[in-house]
Amino acid sequence: MELFILSPILFPLLGLLINAAFGRRMSERAIGGVATLAAAASFAVCLAMFGQLTASEEARLTATIAPWISAGALNVSFGFLVDRLSIVIMLIVTGVGTLIHMFSVGYMHGDERFQRYFIYLNLFLASMLVLVMADNFLVLFMGWELVGLCSYLLIGFWFRNLKNAEAGRKAFVVNRIGDVGFLLGILLIFVTFGSLSFADVFAQAEARGEALAGTIGLITLLLFIGATGKSAQIPLFVWLPDAMAGPTPVSALIHAATMVTAGVYMMIRASVLYELAPTTQAIVAIVGALTALVAGASALRQLDIKKVLAYSTVSQLGYMVAACGLGAFVAADFHLLTHAFFKAALFLAAGSVIHGMEHGMHAAHGAHVDAQDMRHMGGLARRMPITFVAFLLGGLALAGVPPLSGFFSKDEILLDAFKHNLPVFALLAVSSVVTAFYVGRQIALVFGGRPRSDAAAHAAESNWLMTVPLVALTVGTLFAGLFNFPTTHPLTEWLAPVVRHGEAPKFDVALAAVFSALAIGALAAAWWLYRNPERAQTEAETALGRFLARAWYFDEAYKALVVKPFYVISTVCAQVIDVGAIDGAVNGVGRLFRDLGASLRGLQTGFVRNYGLVMLAGAVLVVAYFVLNAR
Amino acid sequence: MDSTTFVVLLSSVLFIIGVLGVLLRRSALLIFMSVELMLNAANLAFVAYAHRWAQLDGQIFVFFVMAVAAAEVAVGLALIVTIFRTKRSTNVDDLAALRG
Amino acid sequence: MNPDLPILVLLGAVSIASALGLLLSRNAIYAALFLVLNFGVGAVIYLLLNAPFIAVVQVSVYAGAIMVLFVFVIMLLGAERLSPGENPPGTSFQRPLAIALSGLLMGLAIYVLFARQPPAVAAPPPDSSPLAVGLSLFGPYVFPFEVVSVLLLVAMVGAVVLTRNR
Repeated sequence: MELFILSPILFPLLGLLINAAFGRRMSERAIGGVATLAAAASFAVCLAMFGQLTASEEARLTATIAPWISAGALNVSFGFLVDRLSIVIMLIVTGVGTLIHMFSVGYMHGDERFQRYFIYLNLFLASMLVLVMADNFLVLFMGWELVGLCSYLLIGFWFRNLKNAEAGRKAFVVNRIGDVGFLLGILLIFVTFGSLSFADVFAQAEARGEALAGTIGLITLLLFIGATGKSAQIPLFVWLPDAMAGPTPVSALIHAATMVTAGVYMMIRASVLYELAPTTQAIVAIVGALTALVAGASALRQLDIKKVLAYSTVSQLGYMVAACGLGAFVAADFHLLTHAFFKAALFLAAGSVIHGMEHGMHAAHGAHVDAQDMRHMGGLARRMPITFVAFLLGGLALAGVPPLSGFFSKDEILLDAFKHNLPVFALLAVSSVVTAFYVGRQIALVFGGRPRSDAAAHAAESNWLMTVPLVALTVGTLFAGLFNFPTTHPLTEWLAPVVRHGEAPKFDVALAAVFSALAIGALAAAWWLYRNPERAQTEAETALGRFLARAWYFDEAYKALVVKPFYVISTVCAQVIDVGAIDGAVNGVGRLFRDLGASLRGLQTGFVRNYGLVMLAGAVLVVAYFVLNAR
Repeated sequence: MDSTTFVVLLSSVLFIIGVLGVLLRRSALLIFMSVELMLNAANLAFVAYAHRWAQLDGQIFVFFVMAVAAAEVAVGLALIVTIFRTKRSTNVDDLAALRG
Repeated sequence: MNPDLPILVLLGAVSIASALGLLLSRNAIYAALFLVLNFGVGAVIYLLLNAPFIAVVQVSVYAGAIMVLFVFVIMLLGAERLSPGENPPGTSFQRPLAIALSGLLMGLAIYVLFARQPPAVAAPPPDSSPLAVGLSLFGPYVFPFEVVSVLLLVAMVGAVVLTRNR
């Protein structure tokens, strides 16, 4: 039974080991096949678990492998838990993960480190499942750090280019800042509740929540700092756009569908605690809504096809976080689910576009152009029809056009905000219009009009390895909205035993109609404005364009406020304190003894009889001492 | 004055003369002979006290001292011969390579 | 009054005279011969002190083997003549200081001997025949005895290695 519960983690590990041990002698297809099959097997096991969990409301699968830390009052075991919440995320991770593994076989074709790529990808899958299946905060933190490591490795996968390596490092460092908060939160949980297991902590919090309100507020705030790192919220979101330096399937899997939602998952998991901390809730909601707007606005002026999607991801994560802040944890989970589908579809479509552009570049023997720059694209709808349809449907879902999945999940969040918190609602509403606008702009620039470069003119549709996952994800994008269809709310019912949630607000036709109309209007306006692609160029050159394109100068602000002072302090430490004080002390000790030796060297005459004389003097002293003392 | 006291006094005088020989003479050979004189002085004291306390152990000690002295002479003379080969001298003042 | 005392005084005078001869001689061979004389006198004193075994060993090992070795080395090196020479620069304090310290040590020895009379013990003369010494050496002292044999072996090897022509 325990092996069954652990098998979703073990399958990717097995694939990893096979590829690591024998990968050198295996063909690309074999390596990719092993990795993809491992992911698929993991998905199949998750489906079987899902079947078991449908049996009753209280059904949950637990497995404890071994005690991990047992020190005094601290007892933590390697415990895993599959309940109604984790199985949802596990199905997303393994399902979308399998499709992206398959896509990668085509996308990474011919890369010199093909084997290593799939080892990392399997490692990520296993790590993400450890994070999701943890039954206590420490195992969750372990998975949290493991996915961070995989993210770092894959962002800097093409490390020969220094910029990619720097992007990986930036992601790592920025995430560490959040992790400090997270770790402090975990420590405070232990100090407060004397345990780290979810069951114990939540039961105790429910029992004596009123008395501990202040402490729980601090705990949830610290955990939220962790979430701002991992889920790219203000003020720590700056790493995610840079993370696009990694291969595009990685962006789809790690930096859109799964890893970046870990913060949201953690908050849903700890919903009991958040419900007890209204102040934290308010902060979370505002931060999420602000992030949604700031990142959405930044996406308006991006020229790199992946950067648009990256800011869009930050913005959508803002929606989920805001939903958590509003107490709408199910809505957050729902949006996480639909977002995983449509954003993965969008990223894979973008990957397909990049792949097609590179193919076109080779075919046309044209000048080398940046295959990710939208200014060189255009007219790709005819050249790459399947990719176009996938991108279009994914984009419409992102924009919130009914009846696609994104419409339902976003509507639920907006509705909650409308009912409970009007300032947050205002921010989210504006950013929803902004979202539709940048989606329209992107579709117009990439697929509309005429080709603007030889590469675009000769681009070709990708092969089946890439289009099949694309189509599968597009189908998911179409129907994922059914998972929590407004009248029946199946997801809300499914999660009811695990996740705190009040009454699901009644579907408001008027609100939905207004936002649908706004989304379609914004899409149409963008499409119409960007019929002239020159506009993208001229806009980017204005002051506002630069402001948005540089994401409100967050990076520059950090450089001036954090990095520069840090360098100054480091320089002082190195040049003044280290060289002056520490080295000075060390050298001073050395000099002291050298000078002492120099002044004493005269005593060493080198004449044997002098030494004998000294010995005699010593002997006389010793004898005299005993004689005079023995009285 | 009994004989023990006298012999110990004699032993002290011989020891001092040995010390002076070590400290005042320059020849390695002379210094070495003076060391033997000092050892012999110590032996005298041992035997004198063995006689006084009617114990055999003092004599046993003297026996060991002689054995060690024999070993010391063998190695010491070998050293002097080796040094003489390189320095052409037995003057210890020529051996001042350890001067600070 | 001990009947041996006059003999001891005579022997002591010869012993000190030969030691001074060693200290002051200008010729290494003479110095060695003075030392032989000193050792011979020592052997007689051992006999008077009821230590016949030690006396014999003194003559055969010290006055015999060791001194032969000394004389042999002196002859081999041709280093009989001892030049008075000068003290090396900066060591003029050597001679007065050495004499002063030696005098101090002598004073201490005399003080100990005369100012602090040990209790008189009426001891029966010990059985110090060679038989008794041998039993003692191979009885309680057998381990040091074996160690000394190893030491002599090491000294022999060392002497051979040091004087080997390279």
